[in-house]
Amino acid sequence: MAISRRHPAALLAVLVVALGTTGAAYAAVAAGTAPKVSAPSATQVTAGKQLFLEGCSSCHGLAAQGSTDAPSLIGVGAAAVDFNVATGRMPMAGPGIQAPVKKVVYTPAEIAALAAYIASLGPGPQIPTVEDVSTADADLALGGELFRTNCAQCHSFSGRGGALSEGRWAPSLMKSSAKHIYEAMLSGPQSMPVFSDNTMRPTDKRDIIRYIEELQKQEDPGGYGLGRLGTVTEGLFIWVIGLGALLGVAVWIGAKSR
Amino acid sequence: MSDTQQKASENVVVSKVGVAAGYVDDRLASANFTKRLLDKVFPDHWSFMLGEIALYSFIILLLSGTYLTLWFNPSMTEVIYNGSYLPLKGVKMSEAYSSALNISFDVRGGMLMRQIHHWAALFFVAAVTVHLLRVFFTGAFRKPRELNWLIGTGLLTLAILEGFAGYSLPDDLLSGTGLRIAQGIMQAIPVVGTYVAMFVFGGEFPGTDFIPRLYSVHILLIPGILLGLITVHLIMVFYQKHTQFAGPGRTESNVVGYRLYPVYMAKAGGFFFIVFGVTSLIAGLVTINPIWLYGPYTPSQITAGSQPDWYIGWLDGAVRLTPNIEWNILSHTISWNLLIPALIIPGIMFTLLGVYPWIEAWITGDKREHHILDRPRNAPTRTALGVMALSFYLILWIAGGNDIMATAFNLSINTVIWTLRIALFAVPPLAFVLTKRICLGLQRRDKEKLLHGYETGRVLRLPHGEFIEIHEPVSFEERAVLLSKVDVPVMEITSGEDEHGVRNPKGRKAKIQAKLSGWFYTDNVSAPSEQELAEADEHFAHQLGAHERTAIDSH
Repeated sequence: MAISRRHPAALLAVLVVALGTTGAAYAAVAAGTAPKVSAPSATQVTAGKQLFLEGCSSCHGLAAQGSTDAPSLIGVGAAAVDFNVATGRMPMAGPGIQAPVKKVVYTPAEIAALAAYIASLGPGPQIPTVEDVSTADADLALGGELFRTNCAQCHSFSGRGGALSEGRWAPSLMKSSAKHIYEAMLSGPQSMPVFSDNTMRPTDKRDIIRYIEELQKQEDPGGYGLGRLGTVTEGLFIWVIGLGALLGVAVWIGAKSR
Repeated sequence: MSDTQQKASENVVVSKVGVAAGYVDDRLASANFTKRLLDKVFPDHWSFMLGEIALYSFIILLLSGTYLTLWFNPSMTEVIYNGSYLPLKGVKMSEAYSSALNISFDVRGGMLMRQIHHWAALFFVAAVTVHLLRVFFTGAFRKPRELNWLIGTGLLTLAILEGFAGYSLPDDLLSGTGLRIAQGIMQAIPVVGTYVAMFVFGGEFPGTDFIPRLYSVHILLIPGILLGLITVHLIMVFYQKHTQFAGPGRTESNVVGYRLYPVYMAKAGGFFFIVFGVTSLIAGLVTINPIWLYGPYTPSQITAGSQPDWYIGWLDGAVRLTPNIEWNILSHTISWNLLIPALIIPGIMFTLLGVYPWIEAWITGDKREHHILDRPRNAPTRTALGVMALSFYLILWIAGGNDIMATAFNLSINTVIWTLRIALFAVPPLAFVLTKRICLGLQRRDKEKLLHGYETGRVLRLPHGEFIEIHEPVSFEERAVLLSKVDVPVMEITSGEDEHGVRNPKGRKAKIQAKLSGWFYTDNVSAPSEQELAEADEHFAHQLGAHERTAIDSH
């Protein structure tokens, strides 16, 4: 009989060591990546929760679970909070079909705390960094095409906004910041669909923002733009100002003959 | 310079002109015609210049359009844009769109010409419309001018079509959206719709055939017909003479005004330059149809606020207001949601517009010629019908901009649509009644003015304390205008049987006609009789004397 050179417990020992090392390595790697997502500090979350209970919970519920008046905020992510609170849409002044842009109520620190609290409730889109929304290398023409394909149907060709059903509307983008546009695409506020990174790549989002920035700063090459609202204001102009002027002249010529 | 020298030089000038005129006359024998033409008298009124605005806009359209044809390329060949407008650089588009962009950004004066062309188009249809309203409300379409009215209706229809064709040519997102709707309307024609759309577009939408076809129609066919019809329209005005408003010395058999040469030539020529100037000024200062913002047409794209130019707006509005009714019979779809607003309603409206002179002549039984225009108040039913049609049109027109209105005024688009749907049926009858009442009120005031004079605003206190306001007879001119109103007898309703009890086969028709005639005229305030006028004159003479006496006595 051959002498057993291995101890019966050797296999077990190897397994323990292997699993242990893998686990430790994973833990080390995982610990290494975690801080990069700017994990909110516990104090921020606590402060955010306090603000939430005071200012938001009457509609969104004490645990942000939502109610008949307002949606659940679990899993909407920090991006949604930043977009809605930092543009003044939230908190709403009163119940309504849609939250309009108005004066911002919270300070940036408070908004960050609120965002941290909501983000702590469940995973959701993060607030984009400055690099995320940088349009330095963006493709303007492609952005235009993406804008006309995905955005113009509601926000109009000029980004001036448009009507939706039942009193809802797509707001004008003329004063929107790059960060808020990016957040809106990520979180899909109110009637807007979500354009997640799976359906629209971050580079596409930056191209679109580049085009909107162009629309914001472009001067009308053809003269006064009549609000870039299309043919309705053109028709109004020709009837009121244009024909008004010519009728005035006609009356003057006709009156001279008296 | 001495007198003789001056005279001599004048003679030389005259003889040079004379030689030229003689040369032309020897070959064309045109002196007689030219003289008659130049001596032609035209009545003067500002509203007679509305048609002129339309004519001048058309000339501006021909000139600016010719410039655009030099660079526009109506081809659907796909190209990659490489012009000066950066936000579209590298984008795939049709040659049509890319050449329209080049006209805007890379051709010298191209942007200005494009904008002159488009603004002039809006002016053209607007001026035609206002001109039509003037002709309608003053009854200028009555005998003998019914045919010219019909030509005018044709001109309006063609002007709208021509405008839409121009709007569709640049192949930008708005153009394509409009064409998609036009194609949908073609498809909505029962039975043959799909075939019509396939033939017109040369296959499926959008295809590559349509834009080149539309281009021929836009720059050759329709302008050619328009030019021909405008010429006939003007020749008929010359031949039948222009109508005139009532006034001292103006009758049904004369024309009071100025000769074409020199007064009208100066006025009309000057007005042409004013119209051209105003159009150019607007085109230089205000953007129209910023095609670069709309982007190239792709069937997968659409923009909020897609609207046609104003003259299609009422049709778009009709489509927006019509509920979504669709029938499916034996796997054949009948799209009432497009059939009603885009084919039936405009069909009825344009037919009624075209045949209105004959309808009115039949109702009133009026076979006389009319060269003196009606004051709108003196034909209250016609005026009311006109305002009724106008209010119907206006509501449809407003509906065309329902989304812009909803965003501009923070309204729900559904509320806007429902309000307009109700208004479309409620407002026109209301407009009819109100207009008729206002007209009749004005008629009463006119009669009052003739019989009792106008209120001077001078209040006199008589010695015994009574206050009276002095009325004065109206001016000579105003009296002539007020006296121009003629009573039209209402047709009597005849019984359908003669004295032997035999039914008149035309009796029923005559009865309807008589009833309609009553509806048209019974409410009119009758013009004052000779006797009433004589009494009024006498009263004025007496009353004025009395006032003067009182005034003197009180001193």
